[in-house]
Amino acid sequence: MSTDVSVIHTERKDQIHRKGEGDFDLSCNRDSLAGAVSQRACVFCGSRVVLYPIADALHLVHGPIGCAAYTWDIRGALSSGPELHRMSFSTDLQERDVIFGGEEKLHKALDELIDRHAPKAAFVYSTCIVGIIGDDIETVCASVAEKKGIPVVPVQSEGFKGNKRAGYHAACKAMFRLVGTGDTSGIPILGINILGDFNLAGEMWIIKDYFRRMGIETVACITGDGRVDDLRRAHGASLNVVQCSGATMDLADMMKKSFGVPHLRVSYFGVEDMAESLYSVAHFFQDKDPGIMDRTRALVKEELSRLYPVLQEFRKALTGKKAAIYVGGAFKAFSLVRAFRLLGMQVVLVGSQTGTEEDYRELYEITDEGTIIVDDSNPLELTSFLKEKDVDIFVGGVKERPIAYKLGVGFCDHNHERKEPLEGFIGMANFAREVHSSVKSPVWRFVPRRNGRV
Amino acid sequence: MKSSRDSYVSTTNACKLCKPMGACLAFRGIEGAVPFLHGSQGCATYMRRYIISHFREPMDIASSSLGEKHAVYGGEANLILGLKNVLSKFSPRLIGVATTCLTETIGDDVPMILRKFHRESRIEHAGPDLPLLVSVSTPSYSGTHMEGFHAAIKAVTDQVCIALPGSAAQDRINLLPGFLSPADIRYIKEILVDFGIHAVVLPDISETLDGPALEDYEKIPSGGTPIQDIRSMGKACGTIQFGRTLGYEDTAGSRLHERFNVPLHALGMPVGLRETDRFFSLLEDISGLPTPRKHALERGRLIDAFVDAHKYLFGKRAVIYGEEDLVVGLTSFLAETGIRPVICASGGRSGRFREAVEQVTRDILAESPMVCDGVDFHEIAGEAEKLAPDLLVGHSKGYHLSSRWKIPLVRVGFPIHDRFGGQRTLHVGYRGTQSLLDGIVNAFIGSKQEDSPVGYGYM
Repeated sequence: MSTDVSVIHTERKDQIHRKGEGDFDLSCNRDSLAGAVSQRACVFCGSRVVLYPIADALHLVHGPIGCAAYTWDIRGALSSGPELHRMSFSTDLQERDVIFGGEEKLHKALDELIDRHAPKAAFVYSTCIVGIIGDDIETVCASVAEKKGIPVVPVQSEGFKGNKRAGYHAACKAMFRLVGTGDTSGIPILGINILGDFNLAGEMWIIKDYFRRMGIETVACITGDGRVDDLRRAHGASLNVVQCSGATMDLADMMKKSFGVPHLRVSYFGVEDMAESLYSVAHFFQDKDPGIMDRTRALVKEELSRLYPVLQEFRKALTGKKAAIYVGGAFKAFSLVRAFRLLGMQVVLVGSQTGTEEDYRELYEITDEGTIIVDDSNPLELTSFLKEKDVDIFVGGVKERPIAYKLGVGFCDHNHERKEPLEGFIGMANFAREVHSSVKSPVWRFVPRRNGRV
Repeated sequence: MKSSRDSYVSTTNACKLCKPMGACLAFRGIEGAVPFLHGSQGCATYMRRYIISHFREPMDIASSSLGEKHAVYGGEANLILGLKNVLSKFSPRLIGVATTCLTETIGDDVPMILRKFHRESRIEHAGPDLPLLVSVSTPSYSGTHMEGFHAAIKAVTDQVCIALPGSAAQDRINLLPGFLSPADIRYIKEILVDFGIHAVVLPDISETLDGPALEDYEKIPSGGTPIQDIRSMGKACGTIQFGRTLGYEDTAGSRLHERFNVPLHALGMPVGLRETDRFFSLLEDISGLPTPRKHALERGRLIDAFVDAHKYLFGKRAVIYGEEDLVVGLTSFLAETGIRPVICASGGRSGRFREAVEQVTRDILAESPMVCDGVDFHEIAGEAEKLAPDLLVGHSKGYHLSSRWKIPLVRVGFPIHDRFGGQRTLHVGYRGTQSLLDGIVNAFIGSKQEDSPVGYGYM
């Protein structure tokens, strides 16, 4: 079946590429096309997802109620201690605030909430409306910080001022205000910060444990199971280990520039990427601790010996099946392409909301001929691709799920809401199990798409 | 009455959603309609996510995706581009354009832009196939999703209904159900058919937000109120409008009365026995027929179940929260069973909440419940804690209270994000009340069984 080209907007044609058809020159990093029903969110969303897991901070959304209501406890970002991040705080701006300004209300709200919850710091998120009415959040935050004796950090996350990536940057700038303000004594040489992991379903703990077994101590988890005081002393670490490069790479860059902390890019999804990530960190510390490489090899070997028999079973069942991937940031897609290959499956569609030119180039390199690569797609396009490629499983988030299910296609939730850890070696087993449980379900034989051809 | 104005400046764990969300839900119940948000891209995406998680159905909301330069120079160009793109890819019969806080504040004159667009497109295409463009003003800083929902329905009737020649059709009514579940709407349509009444139900999300498995992804889900029917709502012999906190003024129903002289029958949301009786008795009047035996039997079984259940429920203290009209209906029902509603709470602030709760409880409750409007979950918790409740009735977002106090939460309304089948929850009529009653009794029996060390097999 061929794609229904009528669903593709002329303006978007250069944001779609089929590997093997002409030179690769994918257009990306553009504003979403009005009326196209983009799957993207906004600047606020980007900031909110990055900062959300910092569990002992107060997260106050300065704006009308929607922005706070739709982000209340939506992620599975776990905390080993305080859970202030799971509450939703808003100034709930009303018409009179929009007319007369919301600064006084913000000030009072901060007073009230800081007294009630005694947080270690407060983040104040700007929303669209605040950008328009021009509240001076910076001054309000400074004045409350002085009065209460805790950092009160403005986050410049006005929704319309770009896409999610601009929000990541705003979040990094906010966090960077905290970095360097704490005491670094007692941090060992083999001390790292883990950046770009959000402890969804406890993933941070899995990764932290791997590093512990290698002899490495984690100084700050940024931001999964994150704490304000850890962020403040994060500059004392020897290395920043950065996953989800879009979200926290800016912070790593700032820390390198100001504090000379080097960084490594990693990914904890899939077997190859997970092992490679641990080896690269071991390699970094090899001079300081000659035994680290052996310990890492032993760790990987132990984990793999447990994982492979499980994977072999799934591989047998899944070989030859076709997968589609549409995720927020492209980094996750790299690992997913390799993870599917390990399961004997073929990726026929891969796309992201906010990938960069470099990201898409890498996707082009690692995918097979005929694979569709797409930037900032929408339900109508995704539907036509899924049908054309006769996909068995679609990996995405909540907004992609009904697209798959309505068509009778399997689905794997790889978004912030997931409740199963998908990172690490154990995560690969969970991923395989999840893919298997959708692809091999008997329900597909009943859906209209499969009638008569099970 | 307790109100957030009296207590806190900040809002913690809101018990309401924003105005444009309600407009999008209402537009989804119109045949061939695409909901469109004039604002930043994030609004549409957040709302889609929230709605999808409840209904487990596609929910495409278009956006004008405004960026920084539009916020400075106005969003007109992007609104028009967005409309053109929706036209070319979705072929809608109606586009419902709701504003957001951003576009309200920068001052875009949406009705004017739509008129201009319509004029220019007509010249370009020279055809009659242009969809209807309905605009509604829904600044998120004024009112909740329910105000947005009703404003959208009012905008649709205002902008789509037209004066038609001839006298009113004696066998046709309008029914404005408010925000009910798809299962509720299906059931109401069944009741109307059983009475032989032709009704325009606006909006009708029974199919659009609870559709079947399909071979193709429908660009716009099938179902919804047909536009032709909406056009002729002025010809009906009456309008039934659910919701005691809506009032008689400035609603879609009151406007139909003013413009076309269609009599308005304002009822409470028909939850529980008495409010449902009022609905059925009105249908008897309109149809001139007695309640069909099928429904009379359901009523009889419900009363039988009230009797069977009464000892499990008498004196139990309930906290009821959510949208004002749903809370009023639920309170009316719970009071009938012997449960004692102790707090009725809503993030909404219609100004009519207290009076509506009074109306449905005064002849059945010895002591009026505390009525709190404009409150969040922090305030609800603060008040409820002192009253030692046994039961919570409301949507998913009260789960944290249920887990903290170790009391059951019976999930109703929207959103239900932590259980399966929210879109199929029945709330209204004898059948819906029966299903709620079973759920509540079983919640009590279940927790008594769990809490007992004996391990009773008979409860």
